[in-house]
Amino acid sequence: MRTQPNASVKTERLLNLVICLLYTRQPLSKAKIRDAVPQYGTTASVEAFDRMFERDKDELRDLGIPLVTEPLDAFFDDEPGYRIDRREYALPEISFAADELAVLGLASRAWAQASLAGPAAQALRKLEAAGVERDDASLIGIEPRVRTAEPAFEAVKNAVLERIPVAFTYRTASSGGVATRHVQPWGIASWHGRWYLTGFDSDRNAPRVFRLGRIEGEVATDGEAASYEVPADHEPKAMISTVAVERDPQPAVLRVRSGTGHSLRRRAGTPRDLGDTWSQIDVDFSDIEAFADEISSFGPDVLVESPAQLKESVIRRLTGALGPGPGREEASA
Amino acid sequence: MNAKEDSSGQVGRAGQAAESATSRLSRLLTMVPWLLNRQGVEIEETAREFGVTPAQVEADLALLFLCGTPGGYHGDLIEAEWESGRVFLANADTIKRPLRLGVDEALALIVGLRALAAVPGIGERDAVVRALAKLEAATGSASAGSSRIQVVIDEGAGKEALALAQQALAAHRRVHLRYLVPGRDESTERDVDPMRVINFDAQWYLEGWCHRAEDVRLFRVDRIESLTILDEDGTAPAGAEPRDLDSGVFTPHAEDQLVRVALGPGAAWVSEYYPTESVEPMQGGGAVITLRTADTAWLRRLMWRLGSQATVLEPVELARAVRDGARAALDAYAASATASATSIPPSR
Repeated sequence: MRTQPNASVKTERLLNLVICLLYTRQPLSKAKIRDAVPQYGTTASVEAFDRMFERDKDELRDLGIPLVTEPLDAFFDDEPGYRIDRREYALPEISFAADELAVLGLASRAWAQASLAGPAAQALRKLEAAGVERDDASLIGIEPRVRTAEPAFEAVKNAVLERIPVAFTYRTASSGGVATRHVQPWGIASWHGRWYLTGFDSDRNAPRVFRLGRIEGEVATDGEAASYEVPADHEPKAMISTVAVERDPQPAVLRVRSGTGHSLRRRAGTPRDLGDTWSQIDVDFSDIEAFADEISSFGPDVLVESPAQLKESVIRRLTGALGPGPGREEASA
Repeated sequence: MNAKEDSSGQVGRAGQAAESATSRLSRLLTMVPWLLNRQGVEIEETAREFGVTPAQVEADLALLFLCGTPGGYHGDLIEAEWESGRVFLANADTIKRPLRLGVDEALALIVGLRALAAVPGIGERDAVVRALAKLEAATGSASAGSSRIQVVIDEGAGKEALALAQQALAAHRRVHLRYLVPGRDESTERDVDPMRVINFDAQWYLEGWCHRAEDVRLFRVDRIESLTILDEDGTAPAGAEPRDLDSGVFTPHAEDQLVRVALGPGAAWVSEYYPTESVEPMQGGGAVITLRTADTAWLRRLMWRLGSQATVLEPVELARAVRDGARAALDAYAASATASATSIPPSR
């Protein structure tokens, strides 16, 4: 990461502006600000300065800096003055004990591979600015890491926080078909390693749960911020776990070569020997595609006897693994 | 800043590597209070803490040196001194307090702490509760809505092994594992000195010194078939270092075999899940990835599972092994259908 020279000039200007507006007790007029911040003095005209100041003001506010506009004079409100409210600006004085900082460090590092990695690290540095060193030694070594591999995460998270209706293309699990969905986002949760969105589906006129990983392409804004209410008792986790709960397990009969299929054998009852090389086992499953993934990964060592649908799913994967060419035709015939 | 972003900067996409003025400002406003409370701290340490190069820290200090309260006279400017490699900062009272937490900053810590509070077996629950209460009080409106963003870390499969592993870790006891090596479809026995228990992407792992491999190993808790706590000290050898989680759970070695795989859009997750040497995106959402591995058995299994969504390009031996295995399985299906069923599938 390298800072460009022109960006450096701008950073200097913004920092001087922040210091100047924090320093002043009285709101400052634009003319005074132009005098006080050296980098504004070099602007070609008042108009050029005005435009630059307007942009700078917006950028500081975007950073969360409480830049306030107040009348310069209590009796005449024709010219606005500007200052930064010191109390609103500063992180409140909170002192954390060393063990509290250690768990805050864990909470921050949990996002190290996620889209919130930057804000999480910055937040921790702010809290540690006071000078207390965290005591990592007190932790007994539990390190959680959460990921946000789903491209839709940022947009959906922001929509949840600001209560903005959204529209997106969604691939349905059961049919594999895609459709545009219109949703008022309520919450998001990472559950069993996947992110889910809860919300009110305006097309279905009912609450629904969506997997972020099945959202395709952009998440579009579909209304104003804060334009709907989230049910007061809404618990994303509770809603997701009831919807995403696995269906009743079904039985499968598998043929397993001796000395292989350990992860399947663990879940099976007593195997029935079919000669020297094969045994037959019964294993229950609930998600057919996930189970077909697992069985396919054993290649020629595990074969499905029933149900037929599971067998087809496995054969489809193995046929695909043959790759294109004459071999494929033969196998798929 | 993770390694991926660093390397993308190095390949010369200058536009991406340049930092915006506001993100630099945000760092400076945090760096000043941090330095004021640590007079004489080393540049190196500052760089590590802020995730930038030491040269960037020096550039930041040089910039601070030019800023100050209105007037522009010597006494108005921030004083910064770093000639000795140690940083001294003064005359920066107006920005001596950090800016309050932004929405995403408050969110990351609060959601993270709430997730930690619910982690089974965490010993610091009390510290988590105290930290959370202070943070919520200090962030006010910035943390509004954070309760609607949740991370659930539960016990998952292998609840008993997890509890035992945590118990052994706390008591510094060695454990005996019967462990399923998933990549090789093999059940193994080994003694391990536990070092950490990690939850990575909702999956629990025990990290420890493995006496069989004589190296640090990660064990997925749901693949531990049995775990026995031994009445022996379980302190790992002095040189045993836990791996850097943020470079991924799987760490390849330079001498490992290079493999090239073409991924379809449905298998694009593979490029994020495994550490890759390179990822070349393809039209239509797929990618060609290269990765290094010592053992290709797991890759063969991954390829069978991914079916038409992935093809091994190199090495040819691996590509052949994938095809041969798939064909053997399909032949077996065809044979059993011929033997048992009345409807014989057409074959040529």
